[in-house]
Amino acid sequence: MDGWMDGWMDGWMDGWMGGWVDGLLLTIGITSSFQMQFMLLFSRQGKLRLQKWYVPLSDKEKKKITRELVQTVLARKPKMCSFLEWRDLKIVYKRYASLYFCCAIEDQDNELITLEIIHRYVELLDKYFGSVCELDIIFNFEKAYFILDEFLLGGEAQETSKKNVLKAIEQADLLQEDTKVSFSPSFLMVWSRNAAEVRDSCRGSEQADWV
Amino acid sequence: MPAPIRLRELIRTIRTARTQAEEREMIQKECAAIRSSFREEDNTYRCRNVAKLLYMHMLGYPAHFGQLECLKLIASQKFTDKRIGYLGAMLLLDERQDVHLLMTNCIKNDLNHSTQYVQGLALCTLGCMGSSEMCRDLAGEVEKLLKTSNSYLRKKAALCAVHVIRKVPELMEMFLPATKNLLSEKNHGVLHTSVVLLTEMCERSPDMLAHFRKLVPQLVRILKNLIMSGYSPEHDVSGISDPFLQVRILRLLRILGKGDDDSSEAMNDILAQVATNTETSKNVGNAILYETVLTIMDIKSESGLRVLAINILGRFLLNNDKNIRYVALTSLLKTVQTDHNAVQRHRSTIVDCLKDLDVSIKRRAMELSFALVNGNNIRGMMKELLYFLDSCDPEFKADCASGVFLAAEKYAPSKRWHIDTIMRVLTTAGSYVRDDSVPNLIQLITNSVEMHAYTVQRLYKALLDDISQQPLVQVASWCIGEYGDLLISGQCEEEEPIQVTEDEVLDVLEGLLVSNLSSPVTRGYSLTAIMKLSTRFSSVNRIKKVVSIYGSSIDVELQQRAVEYNALFKKYDHMRPALLERMPIMEKTASNGPTEIVQTNGEAEPSVVEPKHPPPVGQPASQGNDLLDLLGGNDVPVIPTTMPTKPASAGGELLDLLGDLSLGLSLMAFYLFDLSKTVNFLSIGIPPMTAYNKNGLKIDFTFERANPNPNVAVITIHASNSTEADMTDFVFQAAVPKTFQLQLLSPSSNVVPALNQGTVTQVIRVLNQQKQQLRMRIKLTYIHKGSAVQDLAEVNNFPPQSWQ
Repeated sequence: MDGWMDGWMDGWMDGWMGGWVDGLLLTIGITSSFQMQFMLLFSRQGKLRLQKWYVPLSDKEKKKITRELVQTVLARKPKMCSFLEWRDLKIVYKRYASLYFCCAIEDQDNELITLEIIHRYVELLDKYFGSVCELDIIFNFEKAYFILDEFLLGGEAQETSKKNVLKAIEQADLLQEDTKVSFSPSFLMVWSRNAAEVRDSCRGSEQADWV
Repeated sequence: MPAPIRLRELIRTIRTARTQAEEREMIQKECAAIRSSFREEDNTYRCRNVAKLLYMHMLGYPAHFGQLECLKLIASQKFTDKRIGYLGAMLLLDERQDVHLLMTNCIKNDLNHSTQYVQGLALCTLGCMGSSEMCRDLAGEVEKLLKTSNSYLRKKAALCAVHVIRKVPELMEMFLPATKNLLSEKNHGVLHTSVVLLTEMCERSPDMLAHFRKLVPQLVRILKNLIMSGYSPEHDVSGISDPFLQVRILRLLRILGKGDDDSSEAMNDILAQVATNTETSKNVGNAILYETVLTIMDIKSESGLRVLAINILGRFLLNNDKNIRYVALTSLLKTVQTDHNAVQRHRSTIVDCLKDLDVSIKRRAMELSFALVNGNNIRGMMKELLYFLDSCDPEFKADCASGVFLAAEKYAPSKRWHIDTIMRVLTTAGSYVRDDSVPNLIQLITNSVEMHAYTVQRLYKALLDDISQQPLVQVASWCIGEYGDLLISGQCEEEEPIQVTEDEVLDVLEGLLVSNLSSPVTRGYSLTAIMKLSTRFSSVNRIKKVVSIYGSSIDVELQQRAVEYNALFKKYDHMRPALLERMPIMEKTASNGPTEIVQTNGEAEPSVVEPKHPPPVGQPASQGNDLLDLLGGNDVPVIPTTMPTKPASAGGELLDLLGDLSLGLSLMAFYLFDLSKTVNFLSIGIPPMTAYNKNGLKIDFTFERANPNPNVAVITIHASNSTEADMTDFVFQAAVPKTFQLQLLSPSSNVVPALNQGTVTQVIRVLNQQKQQLRMRIKLTYIHKGSAVQDLAEVNNFPPQSWQ
């Protein structure tokens, strides 16, 4: 049935009555009613610094969405509130110094707690990098992702304790010091090197850089 | 071959580029180097190269040639490789690529790795971008990890399971056993993710929902502990213990309590406790309160609790933080139907929000204000809303004007107030008023018989001030054409009648014709108005002259009208009085909007519809009907049959003449109604068609175009049965190609009676934005003479007018 809609429309089916059914394949749309669909970080000039997508979209679509959304958010005046409606999503955004943190959530989601999620992520970055600034995110984007992936999974918070997220990151960073990974977690306790030391020596310098 | 440059070095270099072209050149050079490095299967630097590729991908450059390299990194034994490899997979790969098989194996191995951080990477990646096939293959592994005692892995497995369920809902059952003890965990991470998992399962399956209702007491206890427990540094946010977990629990309680009395009762106390004890000075406390309010409103809470919730929203409205105000208005909008009285108490605060600086807040305040308007507060509310209309941004004016019209129609305390309100809108926001308001307003004015003189006078005065706002000008022209005689006779009772001569009125109307500000539609209105005045004024010669001038206008519409009016003067002058006489009262048969006309309440007004002036010569009723027949459409208002009939003197000839007349004259009659906006001329005359005719079952389609969206075709199916037995359990189903959208309304019945004794009708609406040729597949099932019949058919013979 090439080009035809999947499924039959039947006037008796309660779920369908009164609503439009799109013949086109839904891309952004019905997942559940509480899900973060994506998070974008971008500068005041509109340069993308991080993009995390929790729904499947083609590269083309992602680019289009990013372009439109960045434009929309940058056009907002400072006195406006942190929420806006965009397509059928709610956008929650907040500016921290020169970076905009922008999340797309669904209709039933709680905007205020999303602001707290954004804030928690910023706090994590701040603790990890020590007074984080945009340059840290630019030069260490892969670490920003690692931290995000330790905090959120599939768009939901997996850990609500700041300490635990940072501890996990530290431990994972230590693992990168090794050439092989066949250690059990208990072995890591014996590791003598201070994780913070490792991290500080990485910032800006080349020597202990893993990539 | 020298070692490829490091990631940070590359970033630094690229940032020195001064132009886009320079940047592109650097990127291309580096990509070439990376490509050859990939070709050489270099294991040492693969990680570095992929990391660089990811950076360039973020800048917007293509990176697909690195996709397979990510898989190689994932398969490597080095943790750094895996970390970057999985990151690359999440950024560069998605469901569409055919890498599932390769990835699935890697992920499976890593899910069973001895190091939890590797397992974590695998869970995270699967939970972020796993396709349905991958989820199907790996669900078992995820389920295993959901039962582990390692809380680091357990929390990740829970969220991974959420993703699996979203992708492959049928697998939900297999996670059920693992959920048994999830809530007994002490670890907040596991608790939080478990609640998310339970929420997902309950949302997707009513059976799961029923099953998990028994968790309500446990959830209540956990929430209570969070609130009552002392300071816990690990989870504290501004004095509140783990707000993320609190919000998720409140949300799950909402889902469990909805529609269930017992559960709702069990959570009543804790909700009240959270609502009253949560600290409101920071956003985090308000986030919890917001979730609490949403829960209270959705479950079967007792009225005291509901009032408490609305009051919280009321307090939110007074908060300095605009985010809080926004959220309050959104919630109030949702509850205004069900808890109308409680929301009414906060009306003045809501109205104050109309003055807010934020656009979204203003919009919500406007919507909410309209929702709160009723018979008691109409005068006060309208004052505020009209003030808002005056000063608001252009983007609001159209919606606000429509809202004002609707509210005025429903609750106008008097006809005079109604007309005044309309005048106010037309004069302050006249250019933003929607097109369909003009015919609606005209009809309203016609119906307010005793206000005709007052209305035309006010409209005339408005025209003297400003002729730039087209809807105002159009309504005014129409009224002057219709009631010009009242204007010059100075018959106004409501206010001081103005002194105006016929020439002054004609000056104004002619001024509209020549003005640059007038749109072609407006010019049409004024020409017709001038023509109508030929039977109301005595300066017929002046009017004849004007009309003949426009007979050679380059505007085709205007020219046609003028030519026909000329013809009326020359050849059909005896018909002119009849054709141009006062319009009868019109009743709305088809309403174009969601509301129907409601009798205005308040001050008493005469219910009789007879015009106050000497009845004109001719037969208004039958003549009107003939004209309507010519026009054919069913959207044109029907003249009520209570109209007094007149002697048939001119009528007979009229009928004959109308039979002979060219289409031109009937079109002119059409102009005289000037309600062209409500009748879509195109909808008249789409021929019906037979879509299906087999085994005694015949299905005909009839067509209309929906107003106001011309891309929507409204098809009514008529199913009839010529056999001797009824067709019962009749179900009609339809499918359309992907470029269309389809909506089926409920059928009139499911029995098609035998021997064509009746039809089953059902309405289909098809949205055809791309104006493609309409095709449809239909499926019919019914029971006939004891056996079930099913048939499929394709309908291809749609008339072109239905989709063009």
